[in-house]
Amino acid sequence: MNDSHFAAKKRLDSIMTALFRFGAYFAVVLLIAFVGYVMGEGCRYLTGDMLSFSEKGLGNQFFNTLYLVFLSLIFSAIGGIPAGVYLAEYAHKGHLVKWVRMAVETLSSLPSIVVGLFGYLVFIVMTHSEWNMLAGALTVSILMLPLLTSVTEDALRTLPESYRLSSYGLGASKWQTVLHVLLPAAFPRIMTGLIMAAGRGFGEAAALMFTAGMSTDIHWDDWDLSSPSCPLNPLRPSETLTLHIWALRTEALEANANEQAAACSAILMILVVSFSLIARYMSYRIDKKMGGN
Amino acid sequence: MNQLQKAIAKAHRNDRTAKILITACGVCMALVPILIGLFLFYRGTDTFTLFHHSLTEFLFSGEWNPGDTAEGGGKVGAAMFITGSLAVCLLSLILTLPFSMAAAIFMTEIATPKARRLLQPAIELFTGIPSVVYGFVGLTVLIPFLKSIFPMPFSFSLLAAGIVLAIMIFPTITTMSADALAAVPKSWREASYGLGATRWETIAHVVIPAAKGGIATGIILGLARAMGEALAVAMVIGQMKVFPKSLFLPASTLTTAISADMGGAMEGGEYNAGLWTMALLLFLLSFAFIFLIHYINDLSTLKGEKK
Repeated sequence: MNDSHFAAKKRLDSIMTALFRFGAYFAVVLLIAFVGYVMGEGCRYLTGDMLSFSEKGLGNQFFNTLYLVFLSLIFSAIGGIPAGVYLAEYAHKGHLVKWVRMAVETLSSLPSIVVGLFGYLVFIVMTHSEWNMLAGALTVSILMLPLLTSVTEDALRTLPESYRLSSYGLGASKWQTVLHVLLPAAFPRIMTGLIMAAGRGFGEAAALMFTAGMSTDIHWDDWDLSSPSCPLNPLRPSETLTLHIWALRTEALEANANEQAAACSAILMILVVSFSLIARYMSYRIDKKMGGN
Repeated sequence: MNQLQKAIAKAHRNDRTAKILITACGVCMALVPILIGLFLFYRGTDTFTLFHHSLTEFLFSGEWNPGDTAEGGGKVGAAMFITGSLAVCLLSLILTLPFSMAAAIFMTEIATPKARRLLQPAIELFTGIPSVVYGFVGLTVLIPFLKSIFPMPFSFSLLAAGIVLAIMIFPTITTMSADALAAVPKSWREASYGLGATRWETIAHVVIPAAKGGIATGIILGLARAMGEALAVAMVIGQMKVFPKSLFLPASTLTTAISADMGGAMEGGEYNAGLWTMALLLFLLSFAFIFLIHYINDLSTLKGEKK
């Protein structure tokens, strides 16, 4: 009886192991197939024509995506890095800190369409303006804020206490310590956070639908910043790659809509994956360096 | 005053200014979600104050026919969008949970550490992939595929939306659960093996119960993501304004209704107000999810500390 009991136990164990193995493999194969499909399908259509800065090409949308993410990184760095410094260096334990932390957490879990509506209300409706890139960048920067804040806080917290003490010992004030010792030492980690945030920014769509607008009209020989078709003017409507996919798949006005959407997806996938790989590699290097000390 | 004293005075001044500015930044950060909440509240309550609909009508009535004018007088019942959202979320959770759990358990308990170091980052990569890309693949691959196996009157369906969302929340749930499983002390497993338990018994009776707080957090985060996802769902669900009656029929969710109609609805009209109320509901739901996570964390840390 004992023997059969053990045999049953072992059989169940190997059945369950096989099930877990199957589940995991199935999921991984599905994910690989997903990436393979997007890349394969997209690269087929990635011709010179598709990459051109014309009506038919994706060049303008690509430029808009990069420019918009760049602007929103600047805005969220201005807000998020000091907030992280506050949490790591200036905050005392108390209600205020709890409140700020709760806010960071709430922001990071808000659906992007809700943040997009907020951006639409504040930056478009209340300023009586047309859809523009600045509004989109500000909205996306709200979505990036929590990530940058927590990355900055973590980066400062992992610095050894001796950095602070030796700086104080040399007679530096707290602000001098933060500015000249801690922030430079934490810079690689903060940079990693910025790259991660950029990776997320590229994929943002729902927050931009009602802020950045779904059209783009750039003339590449127009460098007058106040003109609505100047590439660098942030106050023009600017459709990004993600919005372009959305517009193509729901409105499908253009003949080669399917090809364009496939190419857009592949470009986005390359952008997002390469940024997140860079961020990963950087934090791997930092950990190795820190661990080696 | 000599030069040194001047420099010291300047440093003190800068120190004070920096402290004020940085604290102000921290406080501003805390104000952002409150501002978002206030603005949504201000716009979202118009349905009830300006157009005199009741909360029960909004939550439980299926009659969605608001007037696109400032006079109002239509019906603002969002029940079909709410049930649509719930149905899609639950469906995606049911579809993804077995695979997430299998993958998480496989990574932490069965695979070699080397395989885990390769698998986990690979799965995490997928959390960053833009939702429109998921929607695009759903539209071009999944929908024709589903149509070829099931008899469906339209190509778009609740099932397609559920599958797309399931793939989207798989990485979130899997990585959170794997982290929770990996945090269970090795000695607990060894103690279980020492008592003669097999690997499956150890997993089922020791590791999973010990990690259930973290797993629950992962599931809630996944649900929150599914609830707030707009475009990927909108691309495959068909956006038909009906109750979700069948897996194979189109439906609508809160997010798809907002993304489809907000651009066209008249500013200040009843239709517009109804959509803002839905946005407010989404905001409150994501707040509720956070409280739930905190509640679960409090429960599981208390238990952990007793050991």
